[in-house]
Amino acid sequence: MSRRRHSDESDGQPHKRRRTSEPSEIEERLESLICRVGEKSTSSLESNLEGLAGVLEADLPNYKSKILRILCTVARLLPEKLTVYTTLVGLLNARNYNFGGEFVEAMIRQLKECLKVNMYNEAVYLVRFLSDLVNCHVIAAPSMVAMFENFVSVTQEEDVPQVRCDWYMFAFLSSLPWVGKELYEKKDAEMDRLLSQTESYLKRRQKIHVPMLQVWTADKPHPQEEYLDCLWSQIQKLKKDRWQERHILRPYLAFDSILCEALQHNLPPFTPPPHTEDSVYPMPRVIFRMFDYTDDPEGPVMPGSHSVERFVIEENLHCIIKSHWKERKTCAAQLLSYPGNNKIPLNYHIVEVIFAELFQLPSPPHIEVMYTTLLIELCKLQPGSLPQVLAQATEMLYMRLDTMNTTCIDRFINWFSHHLSNFQFRWSWEDWSDCLTQDLEKPKPKFVREVLEKCMRLSYHQRIIDIVPASFSVLSPANPVCIYKYGDESNRSLPGYTVALCLTIAIKNKASNDEIFSILKDVPNPNQDDDDDEGFTFNPLKIEVFVQTLLHLAAKSFSHSFSALAKFHEVFKTLAESDEGKLHVLRVVYEVWKNHPQRDSDDDDDDDDRSSDREDGPLEEQIERLQEKVESAQSEQKNLFLVIFQRFIMLLTEHLVRCETGGIDVFTPWYKSCIERLQQIFLQHHQIIQQYMVTLENLLFTAELDHHILAVFQQFCALQA
Amino acid sequence: MEHSFQLISHFGKLTSSGQESGILFISIFHKINFLLTPLGAGLCPQGSRQLQEKSLKISSTLYVGNLSFYTTEEQIQELFSKCGDVKRIVMGLDKIKKTPCGFCFVEYYTRADAEHAMRFINGTRLDDRIIRTDWDAGFKEGRQYGRGKTGGQVRDEYRTDYDVGRGGFGKIIQMQKANHQPAIY
Repeated sequence: MSRRRHSDESDGQPHKRRRTSEPSEIEERLESLICRVGEKSTSSLESNLEGLAGVLEADLPNYKSKILRILCTVARLLPEKLTVYTTLVGLLNARNYNFGGEFVEAMIRQLKECLKVNMYNEAVYLVRFLSDLVNCHVIAAPSMVAMFENFVSVTQEEDVPQVRCDWYMFAFLSSLPWVGKELYEKKDAEMDRLLSQTESYLKRRQKIHVPMLQVWTADKPHPQEEYLDCLWSQIQKLKKDRWQERHILRPYLAFDSILCEALQHNLPPFTPPPHTEDSVYPMPRVIFRMFDYTDDPEGPVMPGSHSVERFVIEENLHCIIKSHWKERKTCAAQLLSYPGNNKIPLNYHIVEVIFAELFQLPSPPHIEVMYTTLLIELCKLQPGSLPQVLAQATEMLYMRLDTMNTTCIDRFINWFSHHLSNFQFRWSWEDWSDCLTQDLEKPKPKFVREVLEKCMRLSYHQRIIDIVPASFSVLSPANPVCIYKYGDESNRSLPGYTVALCLTIAIKNKASNDEIFSILKDVPNPNQDDDDDEGFTFNPLKIEVFVQTLLHLAAKSFSHSFSALAKFHEVFKTLAESDEGKLHVLRVVYEVWKNHPQRDSDDDDDDDDRSSDREDGPLEEQIERLQEKVESAQSEQKNLFLVIFQRFIMLLTEHLVRCETGGIDVFTPWYKSCIERLQQIFLQHHQIIQQYMVTLENLLFTAELDHHILAVFQQFCALQA
Repeated sequence: MEHSFQLISHFGKLTSSGQESGILFISIFHKINFLLTPLGAGLCPQGSRQLQEKSLKISSTLYVGNLSFYTTEEQIQELFSKCGDVKRIVMGLDKIKKTPCGFCFVEYYTRADAEHAMRFINGTRLDDRIIRTDWDAGFKEGRQYGRGKTGGQVRDEYRTDYDVGRGGFGKIIQMQKANHQPAIY
């Protein structure tokens, strides 16, 4: 992957050239030649492939294992160029039968390895590669059918997770667009049997997980289908069309006369490795669809949702993003140069695939900000067409906010505000004035309000006031200044006012902690008269005066606030020794900064870090101490999750009971948001929460729970069942 | 409730950004990170080019340039947090006026997060300006000040274009204009 390696230095570091000896120079050159074949070139793909096959054949005596390794790697890592490389292998096999056999063996070894280490996504690409080798006369069709028979028979295994059977089914079905025709021509009876076994498996498998993974809860305009169901519909349609598939580029067709002379190899019998405790299979998915042929009436027709073309295009675009996500310019260029771009509305496919990843539940395959930057690059490369598609998509997403999953709405808000900040916040806000007449807690006005809030955080208050029409002022964010209760002379009569003034002067004059304490000494304690058996004394007024004054003085910036907190750490500790004291500090911080959401969340983080960690002593002791800390942290973490779930259950149950007794509809905007937040917690932290399943089932999510809440838990369990 | 939710999801960010499972609390994470960092990097002498390059390769601090003088720390925090938790931001200041002069340092807790910023924030806009990020060997006291003769950044001394976000014309041009200014009254 030398080209990728060198250009991967997008972190700016020049790659130092080592002085290399001849063999490794040749190896690098071979790698580069193989990686680059199929890309834009002055010669045709066929002549490039033929030339390369000749070069590799000549190098086989000396560099065979290196060539085998490179080819196996591109099969795994460059699935979007699948047919280019299968053709290359076909040509090599025609010239050198033994090499073809060794390559097939190496691929099988690699497949077994991938399955052993849970690399299931790469394993699918390997299976697809093997199946396309049938088209290149490298592998005999009957042996491929036999392998698929072993795959499908996994669905007969007992006591295995459904996700295991799902994977083998997916590996079989998703190869058929490439090789269905050839396999059916050679072994139609066996294929029919496999397909009918597939159908019965798909009918009996459970799909409890689907609601948790859908981006929209509505089925209109496009149903959000479970991925295997969608693929099955696509394969059924392909079969009805007599396996005619015209979208995939098949360079091997041009070499038919050469390839059909080649001898084929039989795949060795492949036994799927057994299920183990360590096996982790991919989670099920829901197919995201937002466009159909009606959305681009002027351009080429978008393939239907159950056409196999749609599947292949989406697979390839996802593969391109997977290969190039770290280099946004390359990624954008590769996406836009996807072949067939005058026969399909490529911009629409690209935008749909990108949003599919951005909104994927539980989480996007890559970091969210990558998608924002990728879309900006695409807009730069296609300024005449892509921005319009993106605007159309944004409008559609806005129209469907009422049924959109809350987590996805969050991501939509983050994406849209960040995107706007790169385009001078230009948007036709008036088009959305319908949201102004709604209750402000409804999804659409809430969305606009939160977008404006985030836009403000990326710029400044006046800027946002300037870009929205006056009618939108009800949704505009508040000016994020701190609210200092003792700042105004009119509040002179507030208790503690004079102390606040003294404190302000003292802090400005760099008073010591002792001096601060002596100033605060005289603040009366409104809790003094309370019956205080447990000795939990704290003086809320003292806390209020100190915290308000300090934060007001340090309001200039984050850094100022943080150094203030650090400097007066001791004072905080003394004033807030009890839990109640701590809570009151948090309350006051909230009051001061409630208009400035960033400050509010950051000021709270600081305190826990303060416990001094001793870094002296021998390494083993340090490690032991750290291990203890980790264990205690892990048990605190478990408790934290239990408390969080308990609170959610309480809140939701209250609401459900109230609705049922009052005879009103349960599904208020608040309820939708709350239950989806509960889902989000499960999904976002699924790896950790899996460890607590038994406790959760026995303690919290028991059968007595209201079925609305229990359903969320059951859907989560179904994800790895 | 939304608010508390944001606190909780902030707490959760460490795992969803791909870190090893099990170690969640920020203080513990830092300590382990510290134990794994080669100590040598912090001790590299100023002039040594090789060691300088080495420390850039493990750095998780970025220099950020072409900021507007009016861009605030909060804006920088909001943007750069999209790549991971920001450990600290040091605003670049005019040495004389002690006001922001158009650059800053952003330090992440991990190298991986800083790499994301180099990939996805570098070359995009903040305050409507295309900002540039570069690897930095690490903030040291004193480096927050501009090194231009007039107190700001050197690039603003000789700039000939008019840039509203960076004080108008470059300093040298401004002084020339002042000298040639005819008396108005």
